[in-house]
Amino acid sequence: MATPSYREITHNGLWKNNPALVQLLGLCPLLAVTGSVVNAIGLGLATTAVLTCSNLAVSLVRHQMPETVRLPASVMIIATFVTCAELLMKAFTYELYLVLGIFIPLIVTNCAILGRADAFASKNPVLPSLLDGFMMGAGFTAVLIVIGAVREIIGRGTLFADMDLLLGPMAADWTLQVLGADYSGFLVAVLPPGAFLVAGLLIAAKNAIDTQIERRRSAEVTIVSGSKRVRTTGKIQ
Amino acid sequence: MSLMRVTSPHAHSGQSTAKVMLQVAAATIPGILALVVFFGVGVLINIALCVATALASEAAVMKLRGRPVAFYLKDYSALVTALLLGIAIPPYCAWWLPVVGTVTAIVLAKQLYGGMGYNPFNPAMVGYVVLLISFPIDMTRWVAPAELIYGTPDLGEAFALVFGNMNVDGFTRATPLEIVRLNQSTILSQLYAMEPVFEKGNMAGVGWEMVNFGFLLGGLFLLFRRLITWHAPVAMLATLAALSVMFYDGGSSLSEGSPLLHLFSGATMLGAFFIITDPVSGCTSNKGRLVFGAGVGLLTFVIRAWGNYPDAVAFAVLLMNFAAPFIDNYTLPRTYGHKAARKATDLEEQ
Repeated sequence: MATPSYREITHNGLWKNNPALVQLLGLCPLLAVTGSVVNAIGLGLATTAVLTCSNLAVSLVRHQMPETVRLPASVMIIATFVTCAELLMKAFTYELYLVLGIFIPLIVTNCAILGRADAFASKNPVLPSLLDGFMMGAGFTAVLIVIGAVREIIGRGTLFADMDLLLGPMAADWTLQVLGADYSGFLVAVLPPGAFLVAGLLIAAKNAIDTQIERRRSAEVTIVSGSKRVRTTGKIQ
Repeated sequence: MSLMRVTSPHAHSGQSTAKVMLQVAAATIPGILALVVFFGVGVLINIALCVATALASEAAVMKLRGRPVAFYLKDYSALVTALLLGIAIPPYCAWWLPVVGTVTAIVLAKQLYGGMGYNPFNPAMVGYVVLLISFPIDMTRWVAPAELIYGTPDLGEAFALVFGNMNVDGFTRATPLEIVRLNQSTILSQLYAMEPVFEKGNMAGVGWEMVNFGFLLGGLFLLFRRLITWHAPVAMLATLAALSVMFYDGGSSLSEGSPLLHLFSGATMLGAFFIITDPVSGCTSNKGRLVFGAGVGLLTFVIRAWGNYPDAVAFAVLLMNFAAPFIDNYTLPRTYGHKAARKATDLEEQ
């Protein structure tokens, strides 16, 4: 498999092959912790860090890794970086760590990470793998943040509440009362069903945008191809 | 003169979706009347809000989907969904509750799944449950029957409650199911003597028993018109009755309430005849309907007795909606000429 260009890797990670919207990987954390923007950013950053580092490490040792233990070795590498991320979060954002709870160690089971390590990093050079990990993580984080924002606004009427858990005291008053202070909250959005609904609507929106782009592109193509003749008989070259 | 060129018995009942839906709507009248008599005009405001929102959102989605708007509005299925939701929502609640619930029911639960005939869940119950888990306080404030307070809100007060800032708390009391649910230490006979809602009623709380009786009448009308079969309602009511007999220990403080309370209070009769008989989200075969109804009865009792919510029909219906395709798979009717019924999945494999 030829290594894709950096542009292609970026486009894949952020949009065309987005782990959350297209591959539908890592849905468990996606649905479980996106009740607010701060949770989404916290988990997104941790996942991106792990994804980037594990892609880098797997790519570095890809020639030394025997085919037979490829998966266990990748899991070990990922688990190492998850442990690092967990300890770092414990050290610097302890409150957020408590909020995210089990979902930090569970990053190790996030299929998006193992999937990228196995499908990309174990077959490609170091730099493209590094970029792929970062872009996939960024795409995942972006979706997390959008879902978190939608759920937070609908569910509680706020945006960026509790950002001080992640950014320290300077973010303590970042909370925006988007829908007014006396908004009573549409609780279903912060409950699990809301996560499924918002994720589903986001996927639908992405598909709608893709269809729209495709339609525009094919409209351009038909004008060009109008002059071509179609060969219906004889040997097709 | 039009000639009848029909040979085989191509029997047609002359029904159409619109006619069936209108008869279902007509069958809710006794229950709604009872609600108006005992709880005041609030239910009518709810129904009006729900119907208006349902028609508007159905029309909007049909327009978005590029379907004929008038054609789909005229099947009246949105009307019935709105009617059932309007009945289920507590009267005199703030106007946005019915609106949000109906938009959820029509847009989310019905149209996003493909519209009329494609929704795996009962739209009215999805709307109700979304409201219940999102706004638990507003959704559990039921106004008391007229006998217990000095009259239910009049029309002016009703509009102030729904559209203004007036607080409904002055008119509300715990519902019979809530009283039994929250009871910790009083034996039931004392509770019945103590609580005016039971004292002034005959078997399941004043007002509530008549509302349920009204929906039972409407349900019998539907049965008589052969718009529904007896299987699901009978299975649900029988299961609920059997379980409440089993767990009724004569009325100790731990008792779960008498069988009559379970049958004639809360949303039992509305659920049994108007909700679980929904041909789209329920089971298809008669055997399947028996299982479906029994499941709803079982879950209703379990959640009422040991769950956190006083009433449970909506949750029970949604949970059984999940199971309906599974039940259908195992309750395929025997085909004429074959010895035993097969599973739907076996048929697909052939």
